[in-house]
Amino acid sequence: MVWGVVQFPGSCDERDALHACGLSGEARLVWHESRDLDGIDAVVVPGGFSYGDYLRAGAIARFSPAMEAVAEFAAAGGPVLGICNGFQVLCETDLLPGALLVNESLRFVCRQVELDVAALSPQEGGKLDNIAEQTLSIPAKHGEGRYWAPDETLDQLEANGQIAFRYAPGHNPNGSARDIAGVRNAAGNVLGLMPHPEHAVDAMTGSTDGLAVFEAVAGARA
Amino acid sequence: MAKARVLIRPKEGILDPQGKAVERALPALGFEGVGHVRVGRMVELEAEDPAQLPALCEKLLANPLIEDFEIESIDGA
Repeated sequence: MVWGVVQFPGSCDERDALHACGLSGEARLVWHESRDLDGIDAVVVPGGFSYGDYLRAGAIARFSPAMEAVAEFAAAGGPVLGICNGFQVLCETDLLPGALLVNESLRFVCRQVELDVAALSPQEGGKLDNIAEQTLSIPAKHGEGRYWAPDETLDQLEANGQIAFRYAPGHNPNGSARDIAGVRNAAGNVLGLMPHPEHAVDAMTGSTDGLAVFEAVAGARA
Repeated sequence: MAKARVLIRPKEGILDPQGKAVERALPALGFEGVGHVRVGRMVELEAEDPAQLPALCEKLLANPLIEDFEIESIDGA
């Protein structure tokens, strides 16, 4: 298993993502100017503030050579995990539906949250089903994490089983619609979430619940 | 070169916490009776071909899912 972790100017969680990926295989960084994903089995778009997050979070990263390669990789069924800023980038790239808006509180939040993993009904082509229905304890840290999509899109996502993670009752830190913390694409190989599973892979930092997310993505080739 | 100004604002119906925060701050400063505050962005630019502005706004300057934009020409261009 070889992981590629995209690194933009302004990324800040790529080292933790490399470490987390390295626990289940090899992992290497993919610089934003590179289109080279040869030999990579799964891609992580990590957290941070890509290109300073100018204009809108993730708006400029979308046009990087690395993201063009990631879009092709995803279209070919390759597993892609977007975390925090990476989730924002995947939404801006239209690899995932919806958008992430400024937190309702206008405050940057940084705290441990409980995440309910949705009971993902098996679906054709969807391979994220190997993550069991459970509650994960994972840190969230962001200023623009309020998931939003039009109601008809949200209904459709629910009907398709594309809402992968919801904040547990009382844990929604940002005003996200329907407590949504993470979604996947219709094919099931692209997953994005605001909380940080890569910061929850070692008991020393309080939780190893993030490992389940990486394991799920590793098996998500569509 | 055509000078233009692009106004970008959150779509109607989307909660705008920045606008709400400004709205709530106004009475404390003695400004009563101000409502429906919406905070957006303004981008000024010069373009050789103004015909490309709408596409440029849709692809980069605004996210059409969550934002509306208006293009105004400046200097009567």
